[in-house]
Amino acid sequence: MDNRQRLKTLLTIGLIIVCCVSLFFAESYLDNFKARVLNLAAIFVILGASMNLVLGFTGMFSLGHAGFMCVGAYVSAILTMSPESKEMIYFMEPIVPALANIHWPVLPAIFMAGLVASFFGFLIGFPALRLRDDYLAIATLGFGEIIRIIVTNTITITNGSLGLKNIPSIKSMYLYWGVAIITILVLKQLINSSWGYAFKAIRDNEIAAEAMGIDVFRHKLLSFTVGAFFAGVAGALMGHLITSIDPTMFRFLFTFQILLIIVLGGLGSLTGSVIAGLVITIMMEVLRFVEQPMNLFGLVIPGIPGMRMVIFSLLLLMVILFYRQGLMGTREFNWDWILNKLGVKPDKGKGVGANG
Amino acid sequence: MTGELLLQSLANGISLGSLYALIAIGYTMVYGILRLINFAHADLLMVAAYGAFYGIMIFALPWWASFAIAIMITAFLGVSIEKIAYRPLRNAPRISVLISAIGVSFLLENLGIVAIGARPKSFPRPEDIVWNINIGGISFLSLTVIIPVVTILLLVAVTYMVNKTKTGTAMRAVSRDFEAASLMAVDVNKVISTTFVVGSSLAAVGGIMWSLQYPQIDPLMGVFPGLKCFIAAVMGGIGNIPGAMLGGFILGMGEVFLVALMPELSGYRDAFAFILLIFILLFKPTGILGENVVEKV
Repeated sequence: MDNRQRLKTLLTIGLIIVCCVSLFFAESYLDNFKARVLNLAAIFVILGASMNLVLGFTGMFSLGHAGFMCVGAYVSAILTMSPESKEMIYFMEPIVPALANIHWPVLPAIFMAGLVASFFGFLIGFPALRLRDDYLAIATLGFGEIIRIIVTNTITITNGSLGLKNIPSIKSMYLYWGVAIITILVLKQLINSSWGYAFKAIRDNEIAAEAMGIDVFRHKLLSFTVGAFFAGVAGALMGHLITSIDPTMFRFLFTFQILLIIVLGGLGSLTGSVIAGLVITIMMEVLRFVEQPMNLFGLVIPGIPGMRMVIFSLLLLMVILFYRQGLMGTREFNWDWILNKLGVKPDKGKGVGANG
Repeated sequence: MTGELLLQSLANGISLGSLYALIAIGYTMVYGILRLINFAHADLLMVAAYGAFYGIMIFALPWWASFAIAIMITAFLGVSIEKIAYRPLRNAPRISVLISAIGVSFLLENLGIVAIGARPKSFPRPEDIVWNINIGGISFLSLTVIIPVVTILLLVAVTYMVNKTKTGTAMRAVSRDFEAASLMAVDVNKVISTTFVVGSSLAAVGGIMWSLQYPQIDPLMGVFPGLKCFIAAVMGGIGNIPGAMLGGFILGMGEVFLVALMPELSGYRDAFAFILLIFILLFKPTGILGENVVEKV
């Protein structure tokens, strides 16, 4: 067993090196568009993994993820925008003086975005997590919408429905994938810790977990707050990727896309979320062709905008009706699994996303 | 607040409240039987509105025929949704059914966007039912009277059906205990289908009256009214039909008066319902008229 442990450590180090090398190549050789899609995929991986922590591992049906993203995106944008561009953008009403001259570097701003989002998560979780199942779903959905409505109405802080433009743009894939990998590693550690076991116990049977001495409320709150933290981070990254944000971006529809990712990947599988996050984001770009006019053997089909979302809704329904466990179920695509499949002959299996 | 504004707000509150009440009943009936938030219920409003819209504008039907057809289509759709998306998951974990409901809702919205286009359309107002009334200097639309009257008639009919008829008794039995009801020779599937027919038809009537009152329709028009009506149902005590009516009226009145009394808060109008919901859930999760149910292990 000791041997195997060492082997796994080596493999993990190998995988991280492979990731770094492939990141390096991707950074140098991919064109702008492809890099952008991959960066978006990294953001969806973070979102999927963090929502999976809440829904898949702790069994709390929270639909407020888009709201926390919204908080994160705004915090990071306001912190990093230069005072001049703030002056330019807030033309309806000037920004409150306390925020006007703040000009932070990106990394601390992203971290701060996560912290503020998790603070909101804590505030919201405190009352809401006493509820269960569908009540929790509707309450968190409501909180997400309330956050959005507040953002729309506090014009001196957020510039209201006009949104923010000229957010410092970052193209480096190291940032997006670096944060994504850190997220996965942190969540993996959390899930494999005693906290994580408690989460799963709560998911499987709340009353039994409580009887075993688990402080259900505290664990739920922790899971929810951590989920909100990473949602905030992902929101901040989203802002820096597309450089303009407005409140309508973070509607409930956005949470739906994340839901699709975790259902497809498997509720309760971190690697499933990683794979599904990549697949869905890339599909979303590949399927753009269905919205463009097509020419099939001389038969011209006009493009139908919105068709992609129909396909995705159908996909979600199909998965939930016929293949409920998703791609991975609650299994993980990790070294143990690979080694077991191969006997202990680890020549292959250095797939991307296998670091779970 | 002037007397005129008070009367105006009262009238608006009653008509908004009755729309909420009508739609909330659909939620509460389905929840009572399946213990499921039927997210697709909100989109049935939209389907009914577009059904009526196309009936009048494209097929040039008289308004009553087009309304009737729209209601029938919606009822059929509601039953089909249950058959296709909820029935196969009846023994699955609740989260799965909820995800399925969300999936259906998004499918309908996105199909709406694809088939109809996201641009809002203006709903026709037939002159037979929409005209201006002038009483003592206050002018209002006939709808302000028609909507509450139709609502109250339908509410009486539904209450009668649930409490006095055989189908209603079966519904109550199924909502109490699935298995025991089926052992008593109640055809559970049939009862559930009937529930969806009734709930969806009410949603359709609500959707059509909603579009008459606020004549801008678009594929996402149902989302916010839907959420608010669910909140109304929870507020009154979910699964409880008089509760849904009460919740609907309270919510409608509250919203209208919030805006009338504090116009500077009108941007927060949509947040009002959610804040109310959260307070209700925290302090009286069973709602105003709900029964206290102790969860069994």
